[in-house]
Amino acid sequence: MSKFTKKKSSEVPAVNTASLPDIVFMLLFFFMVVTVLRDNNLLVQNVLPKADQVEKLKKDRSIYIYAGKPSSRYQEKYGTEGKIQIGDKYTDVTNIKFALTELRAKLRPELQDKVMVALKVDEDTNTGLVSDIKQELRELNMLKIIYITTPGNEIQN
Amino acid sequence: MARRATPEVNAGSMADIAFLLLIFFLVTTTIEKDKGIARQLPPDEPPTDEQVVIKQKNLFIVNVNKSDQLLVEEELMDVKDLRQAAIDFLDNGGAPAGSPLYCNYCKGKRDASSSDNPDKAVISVQNDRLTSYKMYITVQNELVAAYNHLRDRESQRLYGWKFTEVKKALDEGSFKGNEDDIQEKLESIQKLFPLKLSEAEPKKQGQ
Repeated sequence: MSKFTKKKSSEVPAVNTASLPDIVFMLLFFFMVVTVLRDNNLLVQNVLPKADQVEKLKKDRSIYIYAGKPSSRYQEKYGTEGKIQIGDKYTDVTNIKFALTELRAKLRPELQDKVMVALKVDEDTNTGLVSDIKQELRELNMLKIIYITTPGNEIQN
Repeated sequence: MARRATPEVNAGSMADIAFLLLIFFLVTTTIEKDKGIARQLPPDEPPTDEQVVIKQKNLFIVNVNKSDQLLVEEELMDVKDLRQAAIDFLDNGGAPAGSPLYCNYCKGKRDASSSDNPDKAVISVQNDRLTSYKMYITVQNELVAAYNHLRDRESQRLYGWKFTEVKKALDEGSFKGNEDDIQEKLESIQKLFPLKLSEAEPKKQGQ
């Protein structure tokens, strides 16, 4: 009779943590897959203007152009005039075409005609610089552009 | 003979190692979600002799000077009033009833001295080279907002949903239903209020 009563224990069993590594690994793989290590470091100040009437950018077919004043650590060398950055170096307006054709060649072949140019321009830049870029893009026949903005509204703040 | 059992590898620290890696990737991850205002640039074509004549009343001129002040139709305006001014202009529908240009869905004032119909109405933005990019984007944003407001209104009236909401759902791939069908409807709404924004070459300072 005592056989059956012996096993009874009043203690709460410990939580089984054997599957904890599995869960952590799952999370790990998720983040490993979504991580994009920044491939170009910014040489210009880049505070984007705010807008709320926005569309999403299709990443696989886009080329980035940055523009703005040189970052504070480069200002001694390059001054405070607005500059254009493509890839990871400063580019002159006359060199945009060359740099962009090079970048376009790196895209997947079927998407090269649908290329979209994403302009990440600092809010203090002059519009003149932006229109110079746009003129170059027109000559290159890359007509789809998108002005990257941050969410918000300039008027309400 | 002594029985040699291979000792089991202690897997107790596996979780720690995995956590370490996890935290590294958590910190380095920047899930970029770039959004912005999309535009189609006009193709670079040599100027033709053919002059496209746009009636003065169908043209809504927005002028931004180098100190970021706004001149709309020859009047100084605050940027927060721009959206409503653009809506009024686009929605005016000034062509008289019975004429081929008559706009039967416009709800504006039907002022004969403003735009005939949304298809004819053109908004022209003129910048100075020294206008700040912030102001430029704000103006563009307000003008797109005016179009979106009108498109929302029409899609609500015709189909019972909002243009911008459905477009966003399509973009994100979260739309449920017949995509071709909805695409057609979106295009029909776009035709009612086609985006006609023209940008003049920016003027040099002081001109």
